[in-house]
Amino acid sequence: MHNSEEFKIPIGPQHPALKEPESFSVALKGEKILGIEIRLGYNHRGIEKAAEERTYIQDIYLIERICGICSHSHSTAFVQAVEEIAGLELPKRALYIRTLIGELERVHSHLLWLGVAGHEIGFDTLLMYTWRDREIVMDILALLTGNRVNYGINTIGGVRRDISKEQAEEVLKAMDTLEERTKYYIELGLSETTLVKRLSGVGVLTYDDALRLDAVGPTARASGVKRDVRKDDPYAAYGEMDFKVITEKNCDVYGRTLVRLKELMEAYQIIRQCIKNLPEGPVTIKAPRKIPAGEALSRYEAPRGEDVHYVKANGTEKPERVKVRAPTLANVQAVKQMLKDRFLADMPIVIAAIDPCFSCTDRLVSLRQVDSKDKKTMNWQTLREYSIDWHRKQGIDFKKLNQKLKTNV
Amino acid sequence: MSFEEDIKQSLIKKFNYLEPVIRIQRARRIFLEVTPENFHPVFEYIAKDLKFSHLCTITGLDENEKLSFIYHLVQDPGIMINLKTSVPKENPVIKSIIEIFPGAEIYERELVDLFGAKVEGLPEGNRYPLTDDWPKGEFPLRKDWRKKNA
Repeated sequence: MHNSEEFKIPIGPQHPALKEPESFSVALKGEKILGIEIRLGYNHRGIEKAAEERTYIQDIYLIERICGICSHSHSTAFVQAVEEIAGLELPKRALYIRTLIGELERVHSHLLWLGVAGHEIGFDTLLMYTWRDREIVMDILALLTGNRVNYGINTIGGVRRDISKEQAEEVLKAMDTLEERTKYYIELGLSETTLVKRLSGVGVLTYDDALRLDAVGPTARASGVKRDVRKDDPYAAYGEMDFKVITEKNCDVYGRTLVRLKELMEAYQIIRQCIKNLPEGPVTIKAPRKIPAGEALSRYEAPRGEDVHYVKANGTEKPERVKVRAPTLANVQAVKQMLKDRFLADMPIVIAAIDPCFSCTDRLVSLRQVDSKDKKTMNWQTLREYSIDWHRKQGIDFKKLNQKLKTNV
Repeated sequence: MSFEEDIKQSLIKKFNYLEPVIRIQRARRIFLEVTPENFHPVFEYIAKDLKFSHLCTITGLDENEKLSFIYHLVQDPGIMINLKTSVPKENPVIKSIIEIFPGAEIYERELVDLFGAKVEGLPEGNRYPLTDDWPKGEFPLRKDWRKKNA
């Protein structure tokens, strides 16, 4: 394409390569991204409004279904806020089990991400390996909670299922296997040239930009921002756990990969501590059906970053207001920054590096001069002819070759 | 004295009218409420001078005659101020904070769509999260809003 012209590609909201509906309008100059407009909201289901119309107990199950991957993050953030308003002191065993499930969820989510990242850069062997290993943790979650996703373990005042000694042993065995496999992935991450070269310097988000744009989770930590709710604002049993907050200074997708890989190792340590130090006692206390008037704000470190829930109670059995801010919304502004002046080919992996992912190209094309607002539209046929003509002027002409090939056939 | 108490005292020292409206709910959680006229000086002081440099989100609330907005700000490592301000429902005008927090753009768009807030200084752009053909003047998170077929 001629360099003075801006080329706009719409991607989504419905696109075979998108895992979820979202819409991107990418302005290109050649292969370079000039800017990107993101339109979200296609998945807006009115859950905050629906939560006001249901009881607190019903809301736990509704809110757990905000996300299929971080379901435990959302339900924990919600019940924590309600418990704070109701002034409930939870039994320690319940807090430990919540922490345990939370970390198992992080393990499955990070392994899932690693596979998706591998897939986006054409390294599908990594996808097959990590998703095979992810099955181990999915089986453990099913063993402990009865479900692979949407575990339904939280309730107001504790957890709904206890953990037996036999189950605890199964968890420890699984952690040994996963730890060994993760060590291999870390080695791979540090030495495999394809991976290092493909991910380094891609999707750069500087330390200052990460702070300015309020990035959260592994996205922020890979830019050197040492923020982790588990350490900064400890909830559940994290105050009693010994673990490191992983940060990297790479500021790119490679850094985000390393952060997640190393966080897996920390998660195994936390899980082992939960099992080893699991206090005896009940797993739940009786909670009132009607929650006294009050408000609370609960923060939770989901696999993707900080998850924020605000709950306001009015003394009835239904909440007055429930507000949820999931981590991806906080990272959306950072994506624009990461992609600016980068190549279109980096887009899938950069988007995937914060979470939602997709690949490119669509049918309708609109062209306009960068310096003017006049638009002219072209269909694929005209665009193709324009392109052939442009290349011919540069001295690249396949006319003779095409004719030769035709006669040979 | 705790960190929370320190922050409370420095806020009261700077703005003495805050004394009756500031409360520490628990460790790391401070709540306070200001009038719309006082909002910006207090907000700037908290964000810039007290270095509450991370904006978690903005919560909208429908409180009968007025709409309220709570700005959740965090200071590293983990102390949080919940700054609330209320405006009359018939003319719910607030000023944008994207000059201080560029990441707040999407949170402000959410207030526009779901509560009908009028945010001064918010640049034009894609709406969030409702559909482009959503009827004008309908704000689903207001208490009087009901689904049409309900």
